[in-house]
Amino acid sequence: MTNQHQFEVIVVGAGGAGLMAGLYASKTAKTAVISKLYPTRSHTGAAQGGISAAFGNSEEDRAEWHTYDTVKGSDYLGDQDAIEFMCNEAPQAVLELEHYGLPFDRTPEGRISQRPFGGHTNNATGKPVRRACHAADRTGHMILQTLYQQCLKNNINFFDEFQVIDLLMVDGKAAGVVAVELATGELHTFHAKSVIFATGGHGRVWEITSNAYAYSGDGAAVAYRRGIPLEDMEFFQFHPTGIYKLGILITEAVRGEGGILLNGKGERFMTKYAPNVKDLASRDVVSRAIYLEIRDGNGVNGSNYVYLDVRPETVNKYAVLDGRTNPDGSPVNVTGEQILKKLPDIIDFNRVYLGVDPITQPMPIQPTAHYTMGGIPTNKFGEVLSENGTPYPGLYAAGEVACVSIHGANRLGTNSLLDLVVFGKYAGLRAAEYANSAEYTPLPKDPTLNTAQQFDLLRNGDGKENLTDISKEMKKIMFDDVGVFRTEAGMQRALDKLAELRERYKHVRVQDTGKVFNTDLLNAWELGNLLELAEVVTLSALNRKESRGGHAREDFPKRDDQNWLKHTLVWKRNGKLEIGYKPVVITKYQPKERVY
Amino acid sequence: MNVTLKVFRYNPDVDKKWHYDTFNIEAQPTDRVLDLLEYVKGYLDGTLTFRRSCAHGVCGSDAMRINGKNSLACKTLVRDLGEKITVDPILGLPVKKDLIVDMEPFFDNYKKVLPWFINDSPLPADGKERLQSPEQRERFDDSTKCILCACCTTSCPSFWASDDYLGPAALVAAHRFIFDSRDEAAAERIEIIAETHGLARCHTAFNCTMACPRDIQVTKAIGELKMLTITGKLE
Repeated sequence: MTNQHQFEVIVVGAGGAGLMAGLYASKTAKTAVISKLYPTRSHTGAAQGGISAAFGNSEEDRAEWHTYDTVKGSDYLGDQDAIEFMCNEAPQAVLELEHYGLPFDRTPEGRISQRPFGGHTNNATGKPVRRACHAADRTGHMILQTLYQQCLKNNINFFDEFQVIDLLMVDGKAAGVVAVELATGELHTFHAKSVIFATGGHGRVWEITSNAYAYSGDGAAVAYRRGIPLEDMEFFQFHPTGIYKLGILITEAVRGEGGILLNGKGERFMTKYAPNVKDLASRDVVSRAIYLEIRDGNGVNGSNYVYLDVRPETVNKYAVLDGRTNPDGSPVNVTGEQILKKLPDIIDFNRVYLGVDPITQPMPIQPTAHYTMGGIPTNKFGEVLSENGTPYPGLYAAGEVACVSIHGANRLGTNSLLDLVVFGKYAGLRAAEYANSAEYTPLPKDPTLNTAQQFDLLRNGDGKENLTDISKEMKKIMFDDVGVFRTEAGMQRALDKLAELRERYKHVRVQDTGKVFNTDLLNAWELGNLLELAEVVTLSALNRKESRGGHAREDFPKRDDQNWLKHTLVWKRNGKLEIGYKPVVITKYQPKERVY
Repeated sequence: MNVTLKVFRYNPDVDKKWHYDTFNIEAQPTDRVLDLLEYVKGYLDGTLTFRRSCAHGVCGSDAMRINGKNSLACKTLVRDLGEKITVDPILGLPVKKDLIVDMEPFFDNYKKVLPWFINDSPLPADGKERLQSPEQRERFDDSTKCILCACCTTSCPSFWASDDYLGPAALVAAHRFIFDSRDEAAAERIEIIAETHGLARCHTAFNCTMACPRDIQVTKAIGELKMLTITGKLE
């Protein structure tokens, strides 16, 4: 006998988007938030550098500049109506966080302190602008803590450590979800009028990744299995600066604070690739530059990494060369102590994991899998859309799992946190509004059947294959062949390999046969999600015969607006994958060449 | 290098009593203890159970006792431990399975100190941020770093003696708000932490400070709260 619950709104996931959705939905509807982790463990907490809003607290800035930068950053694949909406909402969204008590760093005047970030510019001068509102290098941590605290204050219902396995859809309408309670292994059915997926991305598909173990694309995979399309899955961001081999994120704020990328010859190479903003170009541009340097034999010691240098003498030297000053016009003259204050976690990670002290030594870095631009297609109210563009009644998505599309082919740094707060809020509002007027859709006859069947397969395999081997082989081929640079042959190789791995996956058998905290079973299930999504990513990438943003093909090195200024949709019906398209919304900004 | 990893095991589905399992593993000095546990789970024993997520010390999932010291498994490297590594669950919370403990009593204590921003005064007339100087912001910076991993609380002898004691993590949360110049509920929180199960239970063992993977000066924060209850002054 399963456990039954009924809530008007169910939010799945308790990171920034899920908590924001929960806060807003619960104002008018009976709401619960279900999360496989304790909310404070969510990956929002790993975000470092900042959240953007065009306050202009230190220098002139405008929401329309933020909008244009985001459109340009997206390589013109972002939907401009939604981007404009988000950038206009940004100042109010960040102020709302401050009003919730979020401890932003402060300017001497007591206002929210802002720093430069990649791709954010003063549109009049083309120079980097201070737009990223920050709390040291743990801005995401502060957002996650603050939103969780507000949820506690408002008595939000939480189901912590409940893993959602299935989405219940009846006649195209959301009816609820099925979850397993990790502590007991029992299945729970949550009957709901509205379901909001805020489950994050799938960066664990790749070998070198900044993403948490939890980032196994659960929400996207669950929806996809129910026939819901996935949008723009070929676009995945590789952050230029991950700790060498480990992939741990080194925030762009290091470069925002004046850090410089240097190759093995000690040359600052970004001047070649982005003559205007140099080290503060968009992430896709910087990641490719690093790869090209390494390919040209300019890695450090002939290896596949370069240096990120934030030593005070380096920062001060290049500030003079670039003509950068402090907001008050005084020359930049930072000390090691100030850098430690601004980037304490970055310094700590380097000391702990590498034994490198960034105050006196450069950091070895390489691009790392970081952010899912694609995902479940939504409009700006979080309503999930079918391949025909019609909403599924009662179904919503927000945050990294969703594709609005704000980020298009490449996300600008700081826009992910903004995305969570803005679209989490609107998804929550819209889901509650719908729930207030709708009736519960009756549950299907045997709601947990599909979940039980998925688990049975994993428990009853013949055990010929090892889960970890399959996982490792997937991560490796995806990093090598569906990474920063891509070719037809490589992607085809990956697609073939994924088919082999999916076949082998049928032969795994979880060793843990118990009920209490069966993480063996859950890891196996999560790997199934990753395999499924890796296939969608690769198929979408193979299909798109151009280079745009994070999707760089060596065999089609140019952007092709004639044929490819459109979103990809991939869906699976009756075991068959289908590809479709939808137009990009263009309002004010016609596509032009993208130069930084 | 070859490492002997001894891990606390308890599975309520089958075990009456806990025991240790020992695994011999080829490891790199730069491997995290979490990497070793993942290796065991992936190749030697799929039933080994522990929490983890971010794997770089910011989510707080994998607090455990490593060679007797509370640490995050993802932030503790083999090179700092040597060839013999023993891993136990954190102390003072009921063990649910292997290295997983029941975190509910810990979060219950956290919730008692009203760990959320309280300011019922009207917002500034311009609708913008409540002003705060960099110095005022700095005053509570250290306590904003907490990730609620429970390394501190479960290293505290007073918490071991009685889990009614709020514990260091909850007190750090109280500190974060009490010393925030924008917050207005300091008096309410002080009343809560000055009760029998609050500040008075801290006997400055300093275990919490030594255990904190975020390098928060936990004992100092608690000391500042104690001072506050004596002087009544926020400075």
